[in-house]
Amino acid sequence: MSTKFGRLVSFVGKRRFSTSSSVQKGGSEQGVKSLNLCSAINQALHIALDSDPRSYVFGEDVSFGGVFRCTTGLADQFGKKRVFNTPLCEQGIVGFGIGLAAMGNRAIAEIQFADYIFPAFDQIVNEAAKFRYRSGNQFNCGGLTIRTPYGAVGHGGHYHSQSPEAFFCHVPGIKVVIPRSPRQAKGLLLSCIRDPNPIVFFEPKWLYRLAVEEVPEDDYMLPLSEAEVIRQGSDITLVGWGAQLSIMEQACLDAEKEGISCELIDLKTLIPWDKETVEASVNKTGRLLVSHEAPITGGFGAEVSASIVERCFSRLEAPVARICGLDTPFPLVFEPFYVPTKNKILDAIKSTVKY
Amino acid sequence: MALSTLSRRGLRSTLFKPLSAAVSSRPISSDAPLTIETSVPFTAHNCEAPSRAVTTSSSELLSFFRQMALMRRMEIAADSLYKAKLIRGFCHLYDGQEAVAIGMEAGITRKDCIITAYRDHCTFLGRGGSLLEVFAELMGRKDGCSKGKGGSMHFYRKEGGFYGGHGIVGAQVPLGCGLAFAQKYSKDETVTFALYGDGAANQGQLFEALNIAALWDLPAILVCENNHYGMGTAEWRAAKSPAYYKRGDYVPGLKVDGMDVLAVKQACKFAKEHALKNGPLILEMDTYRYHGHSMSDPGSTYRTRDEISGVRQERDPIERVRKLLLSHDIAAEKELKDIEKEVRKEVDEAIAKAKESPVPDPSELFSNVYVKGLGVEAFGVDRKVMRATLP
Repeated sequence: MSTKFGRLVSFVGKRRFSTSSSVQKGGSEQGVKSLNLCSAINQALHIALDSDPRSYVFGEDVSFGGVFRCTTGLADQFGKKRVFNTPLCEQGIVGFGIGLAAMGNRAIAEIQFADYIFPAFDQIVNEAAKFRYRSGNQFNCGGLTIRTPYGAVGHGGHYHSQSPEAFFCHVPGIKVVIPRSPRQAKGLLLSCIRDPNPIVFFEPKWLYRLAVEEVPEDDYMLPLSEAEVIRQGSDITLVGWGAQLSIMEQACLDAEKEGISCELIDLKTLIPWDKETVEASVNKTGRLLVSHEAPITGGFGAEVSASIVERCFSRLEAPVARICGLDTPFPLVFEPFYVPTKNKILDAIKSTVKY
Repeated sequence: MALSTLSRRGLRSTLFKPLSAAVSSRPISSDAPLTIETSVPFTAHNCEAPSRAVTTSSSELLSFFRQMALMRRMEIAADSLYKAKLIRGFCHLYDGQEAVAIGMEAGITRKDCIITAYRDHCTFLGRGGSLLEVFAELMGRKDGCSKGKGGSMHFYRKEGGFYGGHGIVGAQVPLGCGLAFAQKYSKDETVTFALYGDGAANQGQLFEALNIAALWDLPAILVCENNHYGMGTAEWRAAKSPAYYKRGDYVPGLKVDGMDVLAVKQACKFAKEHALKNGPLILEMDTYRYHGHSMSDPGSTYRTRDEISGVRQERDPIERVRKLLLSHDIAAEKELKDIEKEVRKEVDEAIAKAKESPVPDPSELFSNVYVKGLGVEAFGVDRKVMRATLP
């Protein structure tokens, strides 16, 4: 099992992500550069700080570059008044960010690991998400973007591996965005920072160094709430987000060898999500599989599944398959059993198509 | 001269036995009580500081030396195991801070509770845990103290009053208040030591816990292990007031030289008496970690190498005890060197044994999520079939 997992890692490392053609502006004048996801985030933050003097980056250790080095060089270039370390106090960080954003600034907060976001959950759910609604649109914290690394890395254990996106998808008033690759990360992060709504932006930390692709050097944004078909197919629709897409794509390739044509969709924005793209795809293929790393029960896959069953009930030819994390805490030594691996997905593709 | 050699030899032969045996079988004549002054005075906030004169004995000093040397060696070995990828997950090392774990144990009993954060290996050892349990847990093996299911950050030892091993910064301190309430309710004259770092001192939960503890006069001692860096951030960058012993305002506090095992012992004894009589107290242990925050932090980007080597030379807790042992003619240089060799061997043997321990059975992935026989379980080879079982 462990050697299989090892190969998987190196495979992920080598592959380059196919990306959207929906780069909105620019793209060619300044050229492209091969970047990993961490550097792409760094570039987006540089651009955000550079293009808007009322933007700020803060969080634990960020002025030193952060634990993943995503904020390297920002404090040197933009000064310690705009890029600064906070104490270890997640609730305080987010609450502060809400206030800063309420004064018309772009507050870009970092929570060091998504596993540590829970002390800030109250601020996000009760303060950030409802500020606009409960003040009758007098106030809002739309300038708030919370960046946080999520997901498995192969050896993270209980508190450095979790995928808590579903908790936030239950909260009208905030957006949840997860990129799958460097180019996506840069474009989506810039969109999030400039979007007039508070956003939780989950970064797949497994891909910080593993995913490398050509990233335009200029300032570009990718649209939110727009899913993308990253692989065309006719037999089954696969829906995922973030790092899981690379696993799903491998399953698609293997399925293809067995004559099954898979359509793969990157949801990108989890709320409010692009139901139409998924609906159109399922109306074409008649089958749906959703996959995520978070535990299956109450995961966002359940929402995708329910919505599509509502919309495509008469067109579905098989039950919707969900290949997700197990209903256990994220384990230390059993991570390879817990995570939704390529083979689990491949099995589900086959059984759904043969149903 | 001849007499002292003789007594030393007698002492040596007992040293290599397990610690408890060594203490009890030592001749009483060589174990006369000693009074040693702490090198730095205590600083008190809203309370009367305890005396600087600490009562100890030659056997206690020797056991301090041995235990701290063992902890030091254990942490250094964990460092290499992590680098060899035998330890996965996250790993936070305690070397430099040993005097806090050891001194605290010397001042209290195992009926008192200790609850700490994720830098927990040495606290576990101090509470009576074994090296095998440490290394097996670190490597995720069956013989680990949490059956290989917790890893570095989640050590527990119920029979030793050790409530773990918590991963989220500051989260364990309110739990400590709950433990203390239960202790007070059962009137068993015990207390809880809730440990946290200087980084965690700025979490809101700390202040909630403090108010609860003071409001209900709980026998809770909040111990701030101030190693001066919350991850990569120096205390003064993160805290308006780095005088953590004063942060309780209405709760008294005591600042202690956390590199001096005798001062820690004295302070913890004092704190226990105080807490049983008057309610909570903050102890700030002025200490230092030699390693970085975790294994991914080299620990040298936010502080100078001179600072680290300066602490090693001037304040090292083990060297301090070594000097005391030598100056009071309790042990010779060579005997102490031998102890260090001995603990090295012990650590190596424990690692070898831990490596032979199997990883937990795969079914353990699904156990302990809920009480046995309750909850959602998964069945079948692909674990796709879910079944809810109720009692």
